[in-house]
Amino acid sequence: MNAYLAYLVFPGFLFTAAAGMLASWIDRKLTARVQWRVGPPLLQPLYDFVKLLGKETIVPKGSSKITFLLAPVLGLVGVTFVSTMVWSAMLWPEGGFTGDLIVVLYFLMVPSLAVILGAFASKNRLASLGASREMKLMLADELPFLLAVLVVIIQSGGSLKLGQLMTYQQSYGMILGSVSGVLAVVVAVLTMQAKLTLVPFDIPEAETEIMGGVFVEYSGPPLAVFKLTRMMMLITMPAVLTLLFLGGVKFEGWHILWSLLKFFVLLLLITLIRNTSPRVRIDQAVRFFWGPVTVIGIVAVVLALLGF
Amino acid sequence: MSEIIPIGPYHPLQEEPEFFRLHVEGEIVKKLEIEIGYNHRGIEKLAESKSWDQVVFLVERICGICSTSHPAASICAMEDLGGIEAPERAQYIRTVICELERVHSHMLWLGLAGHFIGYNTVWMWVWKYREIVCDLLDKITGNRQSYAMFKCGGVRRDILDEDMLWIRQSLNKLKPALDLFKGAVMDDPVIHARTKGVGVLTRQQAIDYCVVGPTARPSGVAIDVRKDNPYFAYDWIDWDIVVLEEGDVFSKTAVRILEMYESIKIIEQCLDKMKPGVIDLHVKELPAGEGVGRAEAPRGEVFHYCMSDGSNFPMRYKVRAPSYTNIFSNEAACVGQTVADAALVLAAVDPCYCCTERSITVRNDRGEENILTGGDLIRLSHERTKQIRKELGV
Repeated sequence: MNAYLAYLVFPGFLFTAAAGMLASWIDRKLTARVQWRVGPPLLQPLYDFVKLLGKETIVPKGSSKITFLLAPVLGLVGVTFVSTMVWSAMLWPEGGFTGDLIVVLYFLMVPSLAVILGAFASKNRLASLGASREMKLMLADELPFLLAVLVVIIQSGGSLKLGQLMTYQQSYGMILGSVSGVLAVVVAVLTMQAKLTLVPFDIPEAETEIMGGVFVEYSGPPLAVFKLTRMMMLITMPAVLTLLFLGGVKFEGWHILWSLLKFFVLLLLITLIRNTSPRVRIDQAVRFFWGPVTVIGIVAVVLALLGF
Repeated sequence: MSEIIPIGPYHPLQEEPEFFRLHVEGEIVKKLEIEIGYNHRGIEKLAESKSWDQVVFLVERICGICSTSHPAASICAMEDLGGIEAPERAQYIRTVICELERVHSHMLWLGLAGHFIGYNTVWMWVWKYREIVCDLLDKITGNRQSYAMFKCGGVRRDILDEDMLWIRQSLNKLKPALDLFKGAVMDDPVIHARTKGVGVLTRQQAIDYCVVGPTARPSGVAIDVRKDNPYFAYDWIDWDIVVLEEGDVFSKTAVRILEMYESIKIIEQCLDKMKPGVIDLHVKELPAGEGVGRAEAPRGEVFHYCMSDGSNFPMRYKVRAPSYTNIFSNEAACVGQTVADAALVLAAVDPCYCCTERSITVRNDRGEENILTGGDLIRLSHERTKQIRKELGV
């Protein structure tokens, strides 16, 4: 019973959804302020979601109906699992199991896979184009991200358990404190932007090129679920990064503020990157991730092995 | 095997009716088909039923963005027809309005270009500073858009001496903003990566497609009506044409940014040189004959032709807007680009579809003109409705 509650309410679906909407609001508000606009009210992400739920669901003719409708749910489940495991590890570091880091890394890919599935199932050329771009982007950012994670594993003495990674950092200082850690965080932040498909890596959607790409055929509740997945990813990716590189969170006294600050700084970073750069082309993105970013990642791993 | 990616018939970004068929292989565009003519408004025919004064208002409605270039060309045509020389002060005021409009139009495009490559911050910032220009136009003409300032033989409103200081201050506020955008756009490495070498229109292609204005000048073709056939006060003022050689999207952007500096230079000189005097000759009648007017719109050369039999109305009125030639240059510039770049290249000519609409006569195989009348359309619609009813069984 407790496990169900954990996945559905706290720290699973409901909590992540609420936090994700808050993060989405912060992102939109900051963006608006950067652009000399006023920005939406606090509950706007919720209104958007509820409004979409009330709209008609249109399934395009000739599409694979079940895949088309199940893809959003798959993405939502993926992000819920990641969020639950990461938050559980941060709140109760003794829990979890050895290797849950690997499970988290796998489930982190699920939302992107769901988008690809749904887009290909919708039988639309623009969506297929978007899906193929999403696939290339995934291939591009996965390698450097794993290299960055490898740095954490090496530094903490080969642990594959999320809880242990955090307790290690809380007793020996966060990963960010070392040279290899700084490089790993740079790599991780860049790949985070790609995993969230935000500018400069919003290539699969690219509303100005392929009209929303992967989501072009989605409407009503399925679109709402995709949007919710996006919002939840917006808080889950910073959570993963906080846990892996910034020493996780601690709910004692002023540590609470410090923990919140970590999230906020990561969110701020995401928003600033997305507001100060134009979209790149998919070939440029792949070249960027497999070139300089991967090199930085390898250097970080080597430095970590040497003990820096 | 090439697939077709449709952009249109209602462009999701530029929000105007036109249709681009991109024939793609993977992400590479192999061929581009352009269809326009979705929103024909019959302006030329309408002009034949308006008096000369009303025609100026009518052509102002051809385009919402370059709403003063059409009246400019129109009054040039009328003054050519009547052999009228407008007073000096009116010429300076006209020049100021034309150049302010160029600045506002280029800023509008720059913002949209930022939006097109996903750089929404540039979009919002440019449009924020564009407000200065709109306020200036509001102060001088009374309108932010569609200024209704020009008339045959003069202008409708004077630039007041007490506004002069405020106008100069506003222009000075605009300069640092332009420097900001010049830095943000022309020195950004990612923008370089996205726009340099993309959508190149060579000099020869530019000549072959007869492109004009800021689509031709980046390709090394130095054409500008303001220099080639000076009208208004452009001849009395010291300014330069901005010409670049590369012909890619980056140089198209650069030309527009640099032209804004030239425009401000022109406006300031006009304000300096302006002497008190009459602003309107109160022309009452135009003789029979023909007149031709050319003006440099923010997008290139606008051409107006009018023919009069001495009555109150034009007998024939003809308009050619710059986008009409510029849009088709995309056929050359888009080929070999990726879909991502094609969207950018299509936007880089600063297309204005509402200016370019033409009616088309379709000829069938036997060479007969196939024109559908109103009655035919109603009959077709009835037949189609019956057919659909039958299919649905209602």
